Amino acid sequence: MILAFVETAHGTLKKTALEVVQFASGLGEVTALALGSIPDTELAKLGQAGATKVLHIADEALNGMYSRAYTKAICAAAGQVHADVIVMSHSSTGKSVAPRVSVRMQCPLFAGVGALPENGSMRKTVFSGKAFADLAYQGGKAVISINPNSITPVLSDKAATVEPLACSFDDRDFDYTIKQTIDESGGHIPLPEAEIVVSGGRGMKGPENWGPIEELAQLLGAATACSRPVADVGWRPHHEHVGQTGITIKPNLYIAIGISGAIQHLAGVNQSKVIVVINKDPEAPFFKAADYGIVGDAFDVLPKLIEAAKKLKQSA
Amino acid sequence: MQLLVCISKVPDTTTKIAFVENNTKFSESGVQFIINPYDEWYALVRALELKETLGGTVTVINCGKADNEQIIRKALALGADDAVRIDLDASDAMQVAVNIAAFAREHTFDIILTGKETIDYNGGVLGAMLAELLDLPYISLASKLEVQGDVVTAEREIEGVKEVVEGKMPCVISAQKGMAEARIPNMRGILASKTKPLQVLPAVTAENTVHVNAFSLPADKGGCKYVDPENAGELITLLHSEAKVI
Ligand SMILES: Cc1cc2nc3c(=O)[nH]c(=O)nc-3n(C[C@H](O)[C@H](O)[C@H](O)COP(=O)(O)OP(=O)(O)OC[C@H]3O[C@@H](n4cnc5c(N)ncnc54)[C@H](O)[C@@H]3O)c2cc1C
Ligand SMILES: Nc1ncnc2c1ncn2[C@@H]1O[C@H](COP(=O)(O)O)[C@@H](O)[C@H]1O
Repeated sequence: MILAFVETAHGTLKKTALEVVQFASGLGEVTALALGSIPDTELAKLGQAGATKVLHIADEALNGMYSRAYTKAICAAAGQVHADVIVMSHSSTGKSVAPRVSVRMQCPLFAGVGALPENGSMRKTVFSGKAFADLAYQGGKAVISINPNSITPVLSDKAATVEPLACSFDDRDFDYTIKQTIDESGGHIPLPEAEIVVSGGRGMKGPENWGPIEELAQLLGAATACSRPVADVGWRPHHEHVGQTGITIKPNLYIAIGISGAIQHLAGVNQSKVIVVINKDPEAPFFKAADYGIVGDAFDVLPKLIEAAKKLKQSA
Repeated sequence: MQLLVCISKVPDTTTKIAFVENNTKFSESGVQFIINPYDEWYALVRALELKETLGGTVTVINCGKADNEQIIRKALALGADDAVRIDLDASDAMQVAVNIAAFAREHTFDIILTGKETIDYNGGVLGAMLAELLDLPYISLASKLEVQGDVVTAEREIEGVKEVVEGKMPCVISAQKGMAEARIPNMRGILASKTKPLQVLPAVTAENTVHVNAFSLPADKGGCKYVDPENAGELITLLHSEAKVI
């Protein structure tokens, strides 16, 4: 049996939930585990990606992420269904929980893999997207955390059955308190989960020029990002900074506007499926990593893109 | 206050990545190694700041072979008081965690700091392993860290949300951007680093849990398709009907 630990937020499944179940169903029969307050109807949707059963610990104390409590819950569920393999997302939660589970269950941890095992190994990106490592895996007990946005769920119309799971916690399982949660996304899609990202660099000249970037992002249903110097001087918030020292993203589409394409920037975005570069300098290194490019002034190009995106939206 | 900072050695961020021995080993020839940026800029500098305001000591620990001593000396030059190198050819996070935990058990630390991830193997898992092995709280991805008495307050920057978390020492914390500003070692620090204690300890036996069969490089992109800037709207059409991403 494969246990798929899925994450939820505000009573809904996170995007990664279906990815995790999809991956798990490539390994065997899947039981999913969900924690905290979420309606059964929402959890039943995990059947669409291949879960037959969902175990649910509805304790509302689990609405926040407490790595020790989550670890206990996952180990309890794994014991109940005799799971050999536990799959979860390599998200902030997965990074805090998967290593604990691997220590507690005494089985190897495959962290941040991007594809199902093939020919005796599982592939993960290393060196910040500049290379791959194939990690030996011949089956058997394992904890696997998968990179967000690396698996595309193939959905059916099946529903999973949802069963409550009892698990008792004590104070030690909640070994810190979450004092405050501040939503910084402004209602937008969180960057690591976004399928489309529109990003601006120093070539945008100043924070007052971000209007068109935001407008294009909104039309495309995209999140916005920026290069490091842009966040460092405060033109954009820090959580938008992508790259070696910021966050790593793997959207389907990354549009870089006025960004030169320094190696440290590329490290955070080079796993994007399609890269578009808009830069007035034809020699900008970013073009070497691009699928599509426009050599031109961002301030002339952006209005044209916005107009075309509006037309596309109207025709859709 | 006793602080332990875990530092790892990684290739410089501009390194051209290549592999040798039938793609089973990272090619180190001509590579400049540095302290993993998250470990140096954020975890170590914040530890030094805490020591400067609250008193105590900062110990750095690294699992690696003797050629890691150059980066360990740099940590000492930045202001760490002493260093430990566990003589281990570190390639498996679990092995590293077991070794650091074994050392930490023999000593008393209020906070153990790690970076959010190494920029070479990109695991981001060592801190949580340590916390589990040592039965300690783990606060991951902290972009801010304050200490008052035995209470730590951290801000975690995660997926579009900022979380303010309060916990008690001892604990393990992983550091990311925002926690501190990078420092440059000064002459006095560099001179002092040469005589600061660097203890070398044998590794404890721990199973290597994950092996790399082979490394590979991503396939070359098919080249960039250029769109005329005068007709920039064409890009949107291509993204829709050719690349099918919008
Ligand atoms: C250890 C280390 C870690 C780092 N980590 C990161 C990281 O995580 N993320 C990151 O982004 N950087 C990082 N950097 C910095 C990185 O090296 C680059 O300096 C940075 O990415 C450059 O940002 P930029 O492309 O916005 O600015 P620039 O390099 O200044 O490029 C601006 C670009 O805009 C173009 N331009 C100017 N005007 C226009 C216009 N009107 N229309 C169109 N194009 C225009 C220019 O031709 C130029 O290519 C790191 C550096 C180091 C040393
Ligand atoms: N060999 C090592 N020696 C000491 N600390 C390490 C070592 N490898 C990793 N770390 C620490 O663990 C953090 C996360 O590493 P990882 O889980 O390997 O990505 C790093 O930022 C370091 O702080």
